[in-house]
Amino acid sequence: MSQVHVTTKINGDSTEYLCDADETLLDVLRDRLQMTGSKEGCGTGDCGACTIILDGRPVCSCLVLGAEAEGRSVETIEGMANGEELHPLQRHFLNGAALQCGICTPGILVAAKALLAQNANPSETEIRYWLAGNLCRCTGYDKIIRAVQSAAAEMRGETHAA
Amino acid sequence: MPLDRDPADRTYKVVGHRHNRPDGIDKVTGRAKFGADLAAPGLLHGRILRSPHAHARIKSIDTSKALALEGVKAIVTAADFPDHPQVLEDGELTNIRYNVMAREKALYDGHAVAAVAASNPRIAAKALKLIEVDYEVLPHVVDVELAMKDDAPILHDHIRTEGMEDAPDCPTNVAERIELGYGDVEAGFAEADVVIERQFRTGAAHQGYIEPHACLANISGDGSGDLWCCTQGQFMVRDVCAQLNGMDVSKLRVTPSEIGGGFGGKTTVFIEPVAVALSRKAGKPVKIVMNRGEVFRATGPTASSAIWVKMGCKRDGTITAAQAELKYQGGAFPGSPVSMGAMTAFACYQPKTLKAIGWDVVTNRPKQAAYRAPGAPMAAFAVESIVEELAHTIGMDPVDFRLKNAATSGSKSAYGPTYSDIGLVETLEAVKAHPNYAIKLGPNQGRGVASGFWFNFGGQTAVTLNLNIDGTVALSVGTPDIGGSRASMCAMAAEELGIPYHHVQTIIADTGSLGFNDVTDGSRVTFASGLATIEAARNAAKVLCERAAKIWGIPADAVTWENGCAVPAGPNAGEFPPMTIKELAKKAGETGGPIAGHFEVSADGAGPSFATHLVDAEVDRETGRITILRYLIVQDAGKAVSPAYVEGQMQGGAVQGIGWALNEEYIYNDKGVMENPGFLDYRVPVASDLPMIDTQIVEVPNPGHPYGVRGVGETSIVPPLGAVANAVAAAVGARPEELPMSPPRLLKLMKEQAQPLAAE
Repeated sequence: MSQVHVTTKINGDSTEYLCDADETLLDVLRDRLQMTGSKEGCGTGDCGACTIILDGRPVCSCLVLGAEAEGRSVETIEGMANGEELHPLQRHFLNGAALQCGICTPGILVAAKALLAQNANPSETEIRYWLAGNLCRCTGYDKIIRAVQSAAAEMRGETHAA
Repeated sequence: MPLDRDPADRTYKVVGHRHNRPDGIDKVTGRAKFGADLAAPGLLHGRILRSPHAHARIKSIDTSKALALEGVKAIVTAADFPDHPQVLEDGELTNIRYNVMAREKALYDGHAVAAVAASNPRIAAKALKLIEVDYEVLPHVVDVELAMKDDAPILHDHIRTEGMEDAPDCPTNVAERIELGYGDVEAGFAEADVVIERQFRTGAAHQGYIEPHACLANISGDGSGDLWCCTQGQFMVRDVCAQLNGMDVSKLRVTPSEIGGGFGGKTTVFIEPVAVALSRKAGKPVKIVMNRGEVFRATGPTASSAIWVKMGCKRDGTITAAQAELKYQGGAFPGSPVSMGAMTAFACYQPKTLKAIGWDVVTNRPKQAAYRAPGAPMAAFAVESIVEELAHTIGMDPVDFRLKNAATSGSKSAYGPTYSDIGLVETLEAVKAHPNYAIKLGPNQGRGVASGFWFNFGGQTAVTLNLNIDGTVALSVGTPDIGGSRASMCAMAAEELGIPYHHVQTIIADTGSLGFNDVTDGSRVTFASGLATIEAARNAAKVLCERAAKIWGIPADAVTWENGCAVPAGPNAGEFPPMTIKELAKKAGETGGPIAGHFEVSADGAGPSFATHLVDAEVDRETGRITILRYLIVQDAGKAVSPAYVEGQMQGGAVQGIGWALNEEYIYNDKGVMENPGFLDYRVPVASDLPMIDTQIVEVPNPGHPYGVRGVGETSIVPPLGAVANAVAAAVGARPEELPMSPPRLLKLMKEQAQPLAAE
């Protein structure tokens, strides 16, 4: 079976790859591009551990084919920090103990970033429903919600950096 | 290793303060390497063929067509795990071998029957379809009480009921009967003013870790090799995989990856021995990653149960008798946690008489694995339901009723031993004083309380601490970090050595680099690896003092360690300025070589942890939906080394318990096939299901640890099932006897019993 040639933009960098026609974007990222920050928890779009941002929208990369990324823009957890400088969400997750095992963390951070891009001041309920597609089994979500709230406040300029 | 001194006098510089975890940056940037994140040159991908039947004789397996497929490099079946003597000598090892690859019969839907290694995962999946297995489908049983009947389908011809003198000598699914207790319960019930009994049932819940099992095996031509995997115990994986594959234990080195959740479910092996066998056969590295369906169908959920509880009390609240019969099915092999259920059931209280009987039963379900306080939550659900009902019946506040009967420091536990210092009373008093206890409830709302207990464990532990040339410290522990334990180890080593937290770096060592450690279980890590870390640091400090003594030319016992420096012990020792750890590290080569401390122990004195939970719930009478309005956890941590991570353990355990109480269960069809093997239909709590989870840490120092630490990871899942059930009972005026309280069950309960209970 001949492979598909794809040209796309990942975290701002132009990238080319070959993939099988039935290969998911998640598998391409992890197995072909060695970007293993996106995780597979279910492969069926139920857990959100593979969340990436595709053309500005958060999606489960396990439900997107590698071939579908052609000509589009992909943002992953690997592109979230600016060099050594963490994104406020990353910093508040770290300082607020909002992660335990850390397997859901990349997907939740990416999903939360997409939320704050369209709603700078979400309520607790809005955060809970936005993140309802991202399962975390360790934390009970309490510290995750609080970290998103405090990062959002900092990004709005209401508090100093944590 | 006893408590150092009166903890009230002790001030900590590092321990008990909030620090960022050493693995944190990697986990928020995607750099952390989990089980499935490793690759290797020439890597093959393994997939496992699983039985579609709940119970079937395997008449033959034909792999020839699959082997002929281009890209397929190796196939293994049970024939590749022959009868090595060390396996046959060990009953549990024999069961694990059967569980990782079915022989003669497939015992549950999802039981492994063959495995393929191919050049990519898609070819491996195609190859599975080409393997021809001839099954003879047999009658099956998945229900614990049906499996106990005389005419039930039998899983194993060799099982006879242990623990029964008059057990008939014929095959049975009842693997063991246990009994414990004291006093005459009939006399206790006769003395009671109120006696209540009920029959309860709980579903099988899965640990639900988000990371599926994953491993990468690389076995060389000389029979030695490496295994990378996500596990709660690399030494356990090494020992089991080596023995099942007939290797010397020394030939296999296991490196634990970051672990994406375990909760007990990664304290055994499933795919790891198979990857080793495939790699050896193919002569190439082989990676196996389970999908979510495999995780549900073929790893180890907890037991489902049927529990009968009867308790009696006097009008003043004194519990005069407590009796329980617990039936747990642990899947296709003996080993359900029923004995722990029986031991923990009444451990919060001091009933005057007690009798508990437990039955360990096998069924055509996956072999159960540990799940956070294994066996305890379902027993506590049953007991706490009756306790709440007794309190209401005699018109006593439910917290006061528990206080009246609470286990206390120095009291004899319901399961035998005498408690050391424990904090149950403190948790109850804190709940009573908390503002949540006084909030007025609205219509269709109810409030529930429940307490819980877990033993905690110590176990075999080895730790090594090495001093680096710049005075920083490299600490190696052998217990995988599932909740932030590396941060706590850094804190304890820094506290002992008098150096900053960030001067210690803790790693989880591979099996070739450190002595044996038991798996991360029993809430043991902060206690046992912590204790060993403290002792290793003290040993290193002793060496540091000897080196300073050598430099100063005074006796070693004339030097002590204070605030990160060697100092003369007293005025007679001589006048020398303090010598810092950095100076001593730099001079190590001239004063005797590398400076290290290590410690090996079978740790005792873990010290049990108690908790009390308070929950307000609201019921939608039309849909049967239950909403958790507010939730409070109060738990004794002994000494919270990392308070934020202690809170995290409490919150996470409580929410797992809420899921078990409300939604989570294995659902089987009439063929014994699991119908909900995915996160869409096996519904774990999501963010929008929950409120904030309030926490309050109580610190009653554990006399068995120098800082008073006791484990906190497991106790938090024990009370929620009962607490939520009690809240729902109060809201609807009918008592839930079956978990989960899914909407259909709650609607049925309200329809049948929708009236205020006599006394509630």
